[in-house]
Amino acid sequence: MTDNISVPKPAGLLTPLQRIQEKFPALIKETHAFRGDETAVIQAAGLAEVAAFLKESPELDFNFLMDLSAVDYLFYAGGRIQKEFRFEVVYHFYSLKFNHRIRIKVPLDEKNPEVDSLTGLWSAANWYEREVWDMFGIRFKGHPNLKRILMYEEFQGHPLRKDYPYNKRQPLIGPKT
Amino acid sequence: MNEASNFFTSKLKDALGWARKFSIFQYPFVTACCGMEYMSTAASHYDIDRFGAGFPRFSPRQSDVLFVVGTISQKMAPVLKTVHDQMCDPKWVVAFGVCTCTGGFYDNYATVMGIDTIIPVDIYIPGCPPRPENVIDGLMKLQDKIQKGEQSRTLYDPNTKIGRPAEVQGAYTVEGHIKHIESRSS
Repeated sequence: MTDNISVPKPAGLLTPLQRIQEKFPALIKETHAFRGDETAVIQAAGLAEVAAFLKESPELDFNFLMDLSAVDYLFYAGGRIQKEFRFEVVYHFYSLKFNHRIRIKVPLDEKNPEVDSLTGLWSAANWYEREVWDMFGIRFKGHPNLKRILMYEEFQGHPLRKDYPYNKRQPLIGPKT
Repeated sequence: MNEASNFFTSKLKDALGWARKFSIFQYPFVTACCGMEYMSTAASHYDIDRFGAGFPRFSPRQSDVLFVVGTISQKMAPVLKTVHDQMCDPKWVVAFGVCTCTGGFYDNYATVMGIDTIIPVDIYIPGCPPRPENVIDGLMKLQDKIQKGEQSRTLYDPNTKIGRPAEVQGAYTVEGHIKHIESRSS
């Protein structure tokens, strides 16, 4: 065996979720873990702090932002389940060094859907955050260039919000029906 | 004398139509998965060169048939219109695949519900994607049209009922389509 292949951590060490639970007990609202798939629900105000810890602490070393997306919980489960927030931004992080992952969720309310941008930590966040802004209208504080990425500038509204009529069309040319 | 000149002009028109239908210079406007089927039609196995249409020109100014192959989004629509405007007359448009014909299964914020809401269409080739035989059938129908010297000019003409009127340019519904077909035949 060569030395440069990183080996899985020995048993008995803390998992990433346990580490952030230990470090930020006040910021974590909820956790979930199933067969090594770990999720933490974080308050929006604490995201920048937690993300910096995930990226920079040597025993976590989450150097790869795999995915950044959002969920609109309006009319969730046909309106039967009411949540106290409307949106949730979902981050998936991965560590190439330690081969471990974590999912971070940040609930946001309808009035002011705004969360800190992670572009300073992961450059990959730039286009992901533009996409989430384009599709859901969630603002990212500190983003260097927060403008639409998929839809055209003339487009009104955010099409993946559940209150956007699915068949509403905003043609650039052609019949305006 | 008059009869003779009529004879010659009609024969000249036939000759022009014959020459045009066997020298189709196509512009493939390929945006989506139908492109795969278009490629297999254009390749040696099905060999559309037999119909004189084997030579795609990637400049709209040098082509006379616009093949619109694949879904057209609202963002792409002005580009398609510009490409069509840049083509010299006489020109024909082929809607290749169901997305270009009606929008297909897309019924959302992003997709144009049929390219005939933007540019006039001569031949509709349905299918998701259409088989090469289906494409060749459409191509032969286009050749008949070229031979006769016909081309679609307008988006919708209430007199000839060519093109699609505004009420069926929205989301595709079976009821709306049947209503439109009935109004066309009456």
